[in-house]
Amino acid sequence: MFGDGDGTLVVGGGTIVVPNIQLGFERPATALMLHRAGLGGIARDGGRVTIGAGTPLAELAGLPDPVASCVAHIADGEVRRQATVGGNLCAANFEAPRGDLQGVMIALGAHVRSAGKGGERTEPVEDFLAQRAGRLVLDVAYDEAPGAYAYLDRQHTHEYTALAVSAVRGADGIRLAATGAGPHGLRLPSAEAKADDPEAAGRAALADVQLADDAVASAWYREQTLPILVRRALEQLREAA
Amino acid sequence: MSIEFTVNGTAQVVEAEPLTPLLHVLREDLSITSPKASCQHGGCGACTVIVDGEARRSCLMPVEAARGTAIRTVEGLAPAGGELTPLQQAWIHHYAAQCGFCASGFLMAATAYLEQGGTDDRDAIVEALGGHACRCTGYVKIIAAVQAAARGETFDLEETAVGANTTIKGVER
Repeated sequence: MFGDGDGTLVVGGGTIVVPNIQLGFERPATALMLHRAGLGGIARDGGRVTIGAGTPLAELAGLPDPVASCVAHIADGEVRRQATVGGNLCAANFEAPRGDLQGVMIALGAHVRSAGKGGERTEPVEDFLAQRAGRLVLDVAYDEAPGAYAYLDRQHTHEYTALAVSAVRGADGIRLAATGAGPHGLRLPSAEAKADDPEAAGRAALADVQLADDAVASAWYREQTLPILVRRALEQLREAA
Repeated sequence: MSIEFTVNGTAQVVEAEPLTPLLHVLREDLSITSPKASCQHGGCGACTVIVDGEARRSCLMPVEAARGTAIRTVEGLAPAGGELTPLQQAWIHHYAAQCGFCASGFLMAATAYLEQGGTDDRDAIVEALGGHACRCTGYVKIIAAVQAAARGETFDLEETAVGANTTIKGVER
């Protein structure tokens, strides 16, 4: 039904595309609605967590950090019951950073399974984000690991998070990633290399990002706060261990 | 496309494009005007209705996703000509509606909150209603009304009308 995905608008909960259509930003000839596609649900097998693309964000509230804290700061409960994981992962920046879960899932080392041109594909979140056009997310999976989430609090429930940093202690070391520091979620390898010194890691993180001015924060503000969030995330991770 | 659902217990069949917001179908096709078309991108809560027991933004919900559901709006809270719900009575007593534009969204969100066993805990109420905007900034009264309803308080609205709720603390009328 999805075929090669060309020209098909995928609708999960509709929280992004419905207003976009109303405002004339999108005029889809064909839309694929997933609300009855059976893509929802969270499966836990051993230490592996698999989240279906159609799972409402509200259902992620029970998963350990960085997921729970991230989800608690996306819009409000009414929107979280409707918005889906697949839509959040695929959200493109628009006047503000969107896709709060991108950084979270990158830090968790998650893999995205998607359908589209060339059939099904499973790949790390960063690779998926780099070439997501024409792809339909099926699910996202990661190995459970201790994590932490540091973010800039919002003026209002509905506002997008200007900047957030996720830290996860994986089997192969600490992984760090940010949402709001580039065109999509970004991993912070320079900061990871100094993860044992949170202050130094914070300063190093600036080498990994592409900061921009937008409706919720200036690049200057993000430059001042990114090192602090990296430090906080690492300190929280240390306390969680 | 033909889409059927119930609104306040009445079966409805509408002809609509599947991605039309439920809000517009309610207002334009069914003349149910308590859900308000305000920000229309999920940021204010003026359009909130209850869909299958859960508060939802009708401006964000494709009408196709409402197929087969039971939708409730303010029009269905109190029976026609009947008594207002305890929450609505608390709303009046506490003067929780100033201009009233946000009231229907707040009322439906608070109704869902109370039906799901919500208590008078202020933080829990703020969490449940936090995505709703009152442009008159009447939040203190709104929270007080939900707390009163959660405690099961009842009011003599006749007395409210003559100013009982404006009594200054400690001063006898």
